[in-house]
Amino acid sequence: MEKLVIAGREFGSRLFLGTGKFSSNEVMAESIGASGTEMVTMAMKRIDLADKGDDMLAHIVRPGIQLLPNTSGTRNADEAVFAAKMAREAFGTNWLKLEIHPDPRYLLPDPVETLRATELLVKEGFVVLPYCQADPVLCKRLAEAGAATVMPLAAPIGTNMGLRTRDFLGIIIEEASVPVVIDAGIGAPSDAAAAMEMGADAVLVNTAISVAGDPVAMAKAFKKAVEAGREAYEAGLGRQSADMTADASSPLTAFLN
Amino acid sequence: MNVKINNEPAVLADGTTLAQLAAERNLPDRGVAVAVGNAMVPRAEWAGRTLVEGDDIVILKAFCGG
Repeated sequence: MEKLVIAGREFGSRLFLGTGKFSSNEVMAESIGASGTEMVTMAMKRIDLADKGDDMLAHIVRPGIQLLPNTSGTRNADEAVFAAKMAREAFGTNWLKLEIHPDPRYLLPDPVETLRATELLVKEGFVVLPYCQADPVLCKRLAEAGAATVMPLAAPIGTNMGLRTRDFLGIIIEEASVPVVIDAGIGAPSDAAAAMEMGADAVLVNTAISVAGDPVAMAKAFKKAVEAGREAYEAGLGRQSADMTADASSPLTAFLN
Repeated sequence: MNVKINNEPAVLADGTTLAQLAAERNLPDRGVAVAVGNAMVPRAEWAGRTLVEGDDIVILKAFCGG
């Protein structure tokens, strides 16, 4: 399997993992291990000084894992830039998952604010991975603004609905000048494999793993699916027929008479 | 003096620095960022940053998320 390169850094795994909604930090840590991921997202929130909760970072920080803090909770570019600076300080990395979704019902990314924030953050020296709509034109504009990848959505966050934007993802992959990471909505390993077979460079999965019956086993299943999908893409898939007319795969010579 | 910490009113001794506040509140050594008046203050500058009446302090910490 070819290595994925983002902003000069090589990744052996093409599965990125989100850390939300796990039942415990222990299950999260074990799932991260089982997934083989080298890129893990996290968020920030206002500290509750009374809460002496477990240090979640202790369960994530490992050699070979790139932390990818997100800007979740921000509603415009200015808030996202503020959150980005806070994240860079807190996590000691200039890598950033830019996500600006002002509408809490569908959590769809605001394209105008996301593009503006990308422009500002690239100038500030961030490695920006923007979460965006599956819009090929927007993805081009984000790449031109200096985004390190584009991360178009398959379906709304946390829905497990799979590749609802499939045809547009295909256009984005065909035209992309930066790696394409399919983010949000991937609900099953088969979705991840399908995205990889289409030529996506990576997938970002969270809910499908964290809320699975057995998150650690599901993390393993996604690892295999992503590898299989990528290997199939690199092997070159056979062409699909335009109609259902069969094309024999065994010789048709008669031998019974 | 009266300040706000994460939108909650708080009373601090006059001349309190950010480093003193961080020690008082047992802030963890990593995974935390502090802003005063919507501007992030790097940890290296906490000792030299004296808080003043009316400061609006935001303290964020690492949390799980996708």
